[in-house]
Formats: sequence, C-alpha cells, structure tokens
Amino acid sequence: MAATTGQSVDLREPPSWRRSKNRIATILMVISFVLVIIPLGFVLFTVIAKGISIISWQFLTADIPPNVLPASIGGMGPAVVGTLEITALATVLAVPLGVLGAIYLNEYGGNRLLARLIGFFSDVMTGVPSIVMGLFIFTIWVLHFGYSGLAGALALGCLMLPIVIRSTYEMLRLVPDPLREASYALGASKARVTVTVVLPTALGGIVSGALLAIARAAGETAPLLFTILTVTTVNRNVFSGANTSLPSQIFANASSPYVGAQARGWGAALTLIALAFILMVAARLVTARFARNLQ
Amino acid sequence: METPEQNIVANLPLTDSAVQPQQEVSPESGVYTPPGESVFETKSISIYYGSFRAVTDVSLTIHENEITAFIGPSGCGKTTVLRTLNRMNDLVVGARVEGEVRYRGAPLYAKDVSPIAVRRRIGMVFQKPNPFPKSIYDNVAYGPRINGERNKGRLNEIVERSLRQGALWDEVKDRLNKSALGLSGGQQQRLCIARTLAVEPDVVLMDEPCSALDPIATGAIEDLMQEIKSKYTIVIVTHNMQQATRVSDRTAFFSVLINEHSDTRTGVLVEYDRTAKLFQDPRDSRTKAYVTGRMG
Amino acid sequence: MTTKADPAGPAGSARQLSERRPLGDITFQAVALAAGLLVLVILVLIAVSTSQQASSWFSSEGIKIFSSTWNPTNNQFGALPFIYGTAVTAIIALVIAVPVSVGVALLLTEVVPRRWARPIVYVIDLLAVVPSVVWGLWGILVFAPWIQHYYASVSSGVKGIPVLDSLFGGQTSGASFFTAGIILAFMITPIVTSLSREVIATVPAIDREGAYALGATRLEMINGAVWPHSQAGVVGAVLLGLGRAMGETIAVALVIGSSATITPHLFAPGYNMPAVIANEFGEATGLFRAALIGMGVLLFAFTIIINVIARVIVERSGRRQRGA
Repeated sequence: MAATTGQSVDLREPPSWRRSKNRIATILMVISFVLVIIPLGFVLFTVIAKGISIISWQFLTADIPPNVLPASIGGMGPAVVGTLEITALATVLAVPLGVLGAIYLNEYGGNRLLARLIGFFSDVMTGVPSIVMGLFIFTIWVLHFGYSGLAGALALGCLMLPIVIRSTYEMLRLVPDPLREASYALGASKARVTVTVVLPTALGGIVSGALLAIARAAGETAPLLFTILTVTTVNRNVFSGANTSLPSQIFANASSPYVGAQARGWGAALTLIALAFILMVAARLVTARFARNLQ
Repeated sequence: METPEQNIVANLPLTDSAVQPQQEVSPESGVYTPPGESVFETKSISIYYGSFRAVTDVSLTIHENEITAFIGPSGCGKTTVLRTLNRMNDLVVGARVEGEVRYRGAPLYAKDVSPIAVRRRIGMVFQKPNPFPKSIYDNVAYGPRINGERNKGRLNEIVERSLRQGALWDEVKDRLNKSALGLSGGQQQRLCIARTLAVEPDVVLMDEPCSALDPIATGAIEDLMQEIKSKYTIVIVTHNMQQATRVSDRTAFFSVLINEHSDTRTGVLVEYDRTAKLFQDPRDSRTKAYVTGRMG
Repeated sequence: MTTKADPAGPAGSARQLSERRPLGDITFQAVALAAGLLVLVILVLIAVSTSQQASSWFSSEGIKIFSSTWNPTNNQFGALPFIYGTAVTAIIALVIAVPVSVGVALLLTEVVPRRWARPIVYVIDLLAVVPSVVWGLWGILVFAPWIQHYYASVSSGVKGIPVLDSLFGGQTSGASFFTAGIILAFMITPIVTSLSREVIATVPAIDREGAYALGATRLEMINGAVWPHSQAGVVGAVLLGLGRAMGETIAVALVIGSSATITPHLFAPGYNMPAVIANEFGEATGLFRAALIGMGVLLFAFTIIINVIARVIVERSGRRQRGA
C-alpha cells in the first residue's frame, strides 16, 4: 500500500494506453455521428437543389403530363391533391381509434392480460412492413370494391393506428394520478374523468404524436401501390376511382429515363419533404407548448 | 520530468513537513492522543451546483488509519463534501469547488490532476449496493483489470484476498462465477467494498453504506470496517448517530443554514472533534441539540 | 355520456350509494376496448386474407415455393432468390448501421452534455422523416451512379483473393445488393439509435459511479457498467432494426437492380421480397399474383416473429432494470 511504503502518490493521468483507448472510443463515437450526417446532408441538399427550380404554383396544381414532356410543362397537382385527401382521410380513421385504444390500455386495461396483449401486439404491429399493409387492403378491400383513395387511406390508417396508440399511451401515462383523483372525488365517472380531465391534460402530447404519425404516413408509397394506382388528372372523390399521391409519382418517375419526368420527381420529393418537415416542426411546437402547460 | 509534477505528485507525510497534524486538536479537548498523519486537508471549501451554493466554508483534516464520520441532518451537504474528496462531483454538470482540498499534501483540484487517478487511490462505496451485472469474480477483478492486470493467477489471488478482506469469501467461494445480482443486499454491499479494496486504495469513502441494509448486515459491515481500518483510511457518511459512535474515531457534524431572504439552504461544518468528545461534551449548542436528539 | 348537466352539486340530493354505473361510462369503456381489440383483429385479418389469396401458390407449388427458380413466363415461382436477397441486404444494413447507431447512442448518453444532445437527436429524427421513396429516388439517380466507380475499382482490386473475390469481385452494378444494403442502413439508423439510447439511458447513475469510483476511464466505465446492463436491450433494438430492414420496400425496389439471382457477389444486382412485390404486382395475375401475395405472407411471418422476439427482449431487459 502506497500509504505505508513511503512511495510518492502520483495523481497524474493513468497510463497512456488507457487514455488512448478511451480517446479512440470517443473519436469513433463522433465519427459515427458524422457518418449519419453525411448521407442526410447529401439527400437534403440534392432534393432541395434539384427540386427548388421546378416548384411553382403551376407545378403544385397542374395535371401530370406524359413522362416524355420537359419539366416546364405540367405539374404534380393530382398527386398533391391525392396525398392531402388520402392522408387526411387516413388521419380521420386512425387517430380517433388509436386514441380510444390507448385510453383502453391506460385507463381501463391496467395490468389485465388482454390489455397487456393488445399493448404488446400494437408494438409488434408497428413492425409490419408497409407493403404487407398494401397487400392486406388489396385482398380485403380492393378485390371487392375496387381502387380508390379510401382503400389507400385504409392501408395508411393501418400503419398509423399502432403508432398513435403507442404515442398516446405514453402521454396518458404522464397525466398525474392526483388530477384523476381530484375529479373522482367530485363524483365523476371514469368516462367523464377521462374526457374532461385526462384527455385535455394530455392533448398537446397526443396531437404532437399524431402529427408525427401523419408525417410518416404521408411519405409512404408501398401501401398505396395496389390500392390507389396512379392517375394523371385530379380525382376529387376520395371514395371512388383510382387516385395518385406524391410518393407514388416519385416512385413512378424515379425509374423513368426522361429528364422531364425525373425533374418532376425531384420537385415532388421536395414537396413531400417540405410537407413532412412542416408536420415535424408543428409537432415540436405543440410539444414545447404542451410542456410549458404541464408546468 | 515536466514541472507540474511538483504540484501533483504528493509526497508522503513522513517526508512532508507541511502537514501539521496538531492543528486540528481543540485546545480544550483535554485528552490528547496524537493523530495519524493527515490524509485530507480542506481549507474553507465551498461547493456549488451551478449558482446554488450547497456547502460553504468547510475546513477539516482527516487522519490516516482512522475512521472519520460525517453526521448531520439531511440536506446538510455531508455527502457533497464526501464526493469532493475523490472528485466524484466532477460527474455532476455544473458542480464546482472553491477553496483548497489537499490530499497527502497535493492539491486535489489542480489542473493536471486526473480524476481517474484520484479515484483509483480514493475508492468509494455507495448508499445502495451497486454491483455490476456480472459475476462475483468479474466484479472484484474489474478494477485490477482496468489497471492492466491480465495474469490469471494474480487476479485469482487479488479476488480471494479482497473477498476475504470484505468478509465475504466463505459465503461466495463456491459460486464466484454466479451473477452478483443474486446476492443478498448485505452481501452485495460487502462485495462492493471488496471490489473497492481490490485496487488497493489509500482511502475508502463510504456514503451511508448501511442505509439500505438490515441490522445484521449492518453489523457485518461495521465489523468489517474495524478490521480494515489498520490498512486504510475510512471516511463514512451516516445518518445514524449510534453508528458514528460505534465505528468512528472522529466525527464531523454538519448542519444547514437557512437563508431567509433567498430561501436557500447551505451546509456548514459546525463541529469536528474526536467522536467521544463530540458526543459527550460538544462545544457548540447546535451539536448538543442534535446529538441529544432535540433536533432532526 | 349524459347530455344533461350533472345536477349533483354539494347541495344536490344524496344519491343512492348503490347507484349503477352510468350507461355512458359503460359504453365508453366498450368503445375503447373495441378500438384496442382492432389491433388484434387487423393482425389476424392480415394473416387470414393474404394467406387465402396466396393459397393457390402454396397448394400448387408445395415445398417448391422455396425453390431457387423464378420464371414467371414458365409459371415457376420459387421464392428462394428473394429470401436470399432479403437476408443479404438486411445483413449488410445491420453490419453498417449497428455500430454507427450504438456509437451515436453512446455519444448522446455518455459523452455530450444534455444541452448538445437535443440538437443531435433532432438531426437523427430528421433522418427518419426522409420518406423511403426519396431515399430511393436519390439512391438510383445520384448515389448508385456515384458509387458504381468505387465498386468497379474494389472489384478489380480483390481479384484472385479467395473470400474477398467472391464477395466483392465479379460484375459490378450501381444498383446492387450492396447499394440496397447501404440505403437500408441509412433508413434503420434512426430507430436503432433511438431504441439503444432509451435502453442505455436506463442504466442507473449509481452503477456508472461505481465504475468511476474505481478509477475507470469513460470507456472502461461503459464496458463495466453500461454494456452489461444494456446488452439485451440493444440486441432487441438491433432485431427491430432487422425487421425494418427486411420489410422496407420502395427504396430497395429502386436500387437493388431487380435480378432474381442467388450470387455471393454483393456488387451484383439482386432482388428481395418486398421489392419484387412492389415492382411486379401491377402486371401479375393468377398464380403469379398468388405467388407475390404469398411472398407477402412469408414476409409478414418473418417480421412478426422477429418483432415478437425483439419486443420480448426489450420488455424483459426493461423489467429487469426496474426490478434491480
């Protein structure tokens, strides 16, 4: 022992091999982050650089021309309209159901086997590939009722449902029990406590989670391939007839050899990313607001 | 060699005239037993978390091969002071120390002192037993291994010696490769002590090591402390005054100053003396109130 | 819910204590339960309705659904090339994405102060917001043509070297297994990172301090305290990443090269299950369509199994943390 043997006590850095290993590990971590940024930066840069020049009011509203035509002609109007109406319909279908499912899990289910089962498989369902959702709606809906925006919305809704359940459930869990108890103590029923106290308290978080789910759904292509097909003119009726969407058009145009079609593809990509980005920022703003409200 | 070495390579007190152990003995304490060499000296240190001053103006000297107890009401900063002695507070964002802490004559917070080297010499046992989720053997061998010991035979020796010192060997020698998480709370805490002893530290800091244990396990740890005291210097934080009287040679009593204006609480060192003296004949009325149980 | 305002204030008449639960309350619970059950119903329906539509493939081909011959014009529908491609691309993606993700997760939890961690998390989230089809568009029009040259020089560089030649040699193509694997790696990095980060963040501070108190450096602390705690959870996160990589469709469909071949050459064009469904479904009828739907059934089964295992692992490790 140093204290009794009369040696001096060295408080300097440990041996260099320990220090260098530690330093190398830290550098590797920083490099991993750089490796993440590079592709992200490249994609965003390319999409913006190639997409910005084509985007105009005409691009966002005009019908989709044949692929051979140059970028100056036509636009992506039907895809913009299709994405908006299909995503909106999917939201209307999935968000209320997802919120209700989460209410069951957190407010009623407790530790019951059924609730645990639903919670578990809801998480598992987030891992079901989106193409499988597309096939599912094709077999169960399209084969009987034909292609339509509604079919696409059903497929997107199936993707959104477990995401909304999970994010809502997390928010409901944050609602402090004393709030519920205060309401029970006034003689309110569980449904009333949930609707008048729990949901309003968690609203910000629920909305923000839903916005992120919408952002994810709006960018999905695979579920739409066999449910809406593609069209070149605007279909305002979301409930019947083939439709199109921005992701579907990007997919179609990406494999096209024509410069004009590719340019329209980049424009659609920029539009889509901008849409997703707006939804993401909105979600962040709502979250920030919400956090302030809870304090 | 580079010059900073002069500052941070502490000389042993045997050869260091700067240490004056007599200083801490209060003139009126009567009985005088010469204390061991000083291991730590703090000179009016204050400890901050961000702009919040948690502890102010603490000066004390801790002696070799003694057990020093820190007692006081909760929030008095005794754990905070303990954690400055091996630079554990460096891990808390925004924590900083003002004033001087000397370890065997060397300034502990000098620029080129490495906290890693400090903690290698000044080990710590925590409130809650915190064995790694590894085997009993790997827990004890962890410290020697990170310090470069690869020799299987020597590791076996170290593990056995440390577990014996930790009074755990007989209970675990047949299941060294079983997970440490399967041990009882008291055994886990003794394992953590053995893990600390395995790197042959100079000082062992103990932060309420028995607060999560039952009386029998507590007794085992207290016996263990008496046994290893001849080889190590021990500083223990405890909320249990009986424990302080049972195990310690010296006791430091901390209390809380409440600032009415800013509604902040700051820990201060009220009294530091030999344990018998502090409990039987305290100088300060606050100490008296606390040790006689009139004040939480 | 009752439509009338509740008259029972403090001054209201004493209600009977045995009063039944209001109908509104029961209805609300039933509706919520139904919404929850919908998850199970959908999962069962997916299995049933897709299997039904694929039954002609399963029954006519029998065990031959796993044959390596895929020739729609001759009505030969063996799925092996696509299963192989799915496995190969997913493995490439994991090999690239897992070290990077765990590295970023450790960076976020153990190295940078919380103040900096937040913007880094935003960046990772942004990566998740880029839609699959945009990765595909960029992959086929920008990335594949660029990386093609590197493939070519690597391929000629490893000529004659035993294992490397069969993996990286031979004909090279911009659209290939490897390109698909790289693009998949970009896409699964956010989920593996965020799940690993969650797992690592649950390591108790006192365990970290235990290692630091023995004089450990940060790396030694990670090896001793963080890793044993989070190992299982990170494995779960990696499995979830694997599930994603196997099912990710559109980006892969664009960059994999669309060639139903089983070859060890990673720089050669290939195919995988989701991509063949996406690319060929439009023209497919009869047995062809049944085979593609059947491939969806296989994909569903694989991903469900992987996700169930992963979730069980993640949940177990979470419970052990809380219990400890």
